[in-house]
Amino acid sequence: MLIWGLKKMLEIKNLSVSYGGIRALCGISMNVPDGKIITMIGANGAGKSTTLRTISGLVKAQGGSVKYNGQELLGKPINKILEAGIALVPEGRRVFSNLTVLENLKCGAYLRKDKESIQKDIEWVFDLFPRLKERSWQSAGTLSGGEQQMLAVGRGLMSRPELMMLDEPSLGLAPFLVWDIFSIIQDINNKGVTILLVEQNANMALKIADYAYVLETGSITTEGSGKELFNDPKIQEAYLGKKKN
Amino acid sequence: MDFFAKWFPYFLSGVSVGGQYALIAIGYTMVYGILRLINFAHGDIFMAAGIMMIYLTGVFPVWLSIVFVILLTVLLGFAVERVAYKPLRQAPRMSVMISAIGVSYLIQNTVAYLTGGLTKQYVEIGWISDVVTVMGASTKRVTLITPILTLVLVVLLVFLINHTKIGMGMRAVSKDFETSLLMGIKINRIISATFIIGSFLAAVGSVLYFTNYTGVTYTSGAMPGLKAFVAAVFGGIGSVPGAVVGAFIIGICETLLKGMGLTAFSDAFTFALLIVILVVKPTGLFGEKLTEKV
Repeated sequence: MLIWGLKKMLEIKNLSVSYGGIRALCGISMNVPDGKIITMIGANGAGKSTTLRTISGLVKAQGGSVKYNGQELLGKPINKILEAGIALVPEGRRVFSNLTVLENLKCGAYLRKDKESIQKDIEWVFDLFPRLKERSWQSAGTLSGGEQQMLAVGRGLMSRPELMMLDEPSLGLAPFLVWDIFSIIQDINNKGVTILLVEQNANMALKIADYAYVLETGSITTEGSGKELFNDPKIQEAYLGKKKN
Repeated sequence: MDFFAKWFPYFLSGVSVGGQYALIAIGYTMVYGILRLINFAHGDIFMAAGIMMIYLTGVFPVWLSIVFVILLTVLLGFAVERVAYKPLRQAPRMSVMISAIGVSYLIQNTVAYLTGGLTKQYVEIGWISDVVTVMGASTKRVTLITPILTLVLVVLLVFLINHTKIGMGMRAVSKDFETSLLMGIKINRIISATFIIGSFLAAVGSVLYFTNYTGVTYTSGAMPGLKAFVAAVFGGIGSVPGAVVGAFIIGICETLLKGMGLTAFSDAFTFALLIVILVVKPTGLFGEKLTEKV
């Protein structure tokens, strides 16, 4: 039931984005192959979130291309990109605090009309996050930070994405919750959802990633498999907090 | 018994006035809830509905005119949003507000031009203007119909907001535009639906309101619009039940003041109430709290 994706791939070529004359992305190129976990690490303001927001259609690109399965995404409205199978779990969770947990999940499935399978998927998300089930009638604003993050991920899953983009899912969470979130991301990936993960927590992100890109002020400076980058002394010094010997 | 006989008619008429204000106030509060915009044109849309009724009854029977008035008012509200507010979606909030003020004057002046600035006599709607007697108080039938109809419409509206998909979309959009977009919610449709609902209720309200008055002129929307706005702020702008409760309280208080012979002060009371609320409890009776968990 959960193998939604066939062989599909997101291809980004020469993508550039500016905010009022300031270049946020200076022509980056990257690939997100089907079924993998790809991560982007980098400092604040490097352009990680901008990349995700451009793919999802929230931000207009200045040039380049974003192809999904051969289909150009740039210039398409947000709902069409969502329909194509790409969901974004935004930075800072952004749950609808005035809606109940259950309604938040239903919002995630807003574009879908298949009522019965929506119900099934809600059950599936509740299986994944039993805490949400206990609180399904509570308003989302009453949840703790970790629970809100789980809700944001669950809501993202409700559109049945083939590719799920997560923007800093570990932000502001206690260390044991960070472990939880990352193991859930792996879980979701094992069920066939491709993951594009943006993280400041490079340590954890590189551990679970198949392939990683390092972004610095709008350009990709390094790329390689998660393991390679994890063992790269330069990366260790800059992003993993290890000192040079 | 004397006390009851003296005050009951005032109370009855107060409840009715409150119902009329409530139907207008919902339009203010819903639009504010979603766009954070005070739609200054709303009172004028209400007035335009009254004028349309006068012209339409010249051609069609009353019941058909009411249907047309509702349809045309809804269309007017929808068009105002599309033409004057939608192009300003990315603009600062102040620009949209000024656009709203512009629309308000545009509607007023268009009506002034069409009517020559004269007060047009409102139509006599037979059945609802009949005099009936309730517990010793004789009043027009419309006085009884207004609060009942208002409550029925409010219950339907609250059901729509809390238990339907479009209602869920409205609540989501009112909280967070960008995340709603990410869910695939079509924001423009939700906003249009809000204006349609607001204008529909204003049209119904205009029939109930103007029946009690002799005529409609191009400034007739200003006072009830302002009072409804005060009611919305009093109840907590953004909250539908708040606007309704606020409207009934203001309607009843105003009419009771008139009963005490303080007619000259009844408007002043409403606006004094506004000042007190803004000073003491700016979020109103049912207003949303501003603090949020990060």
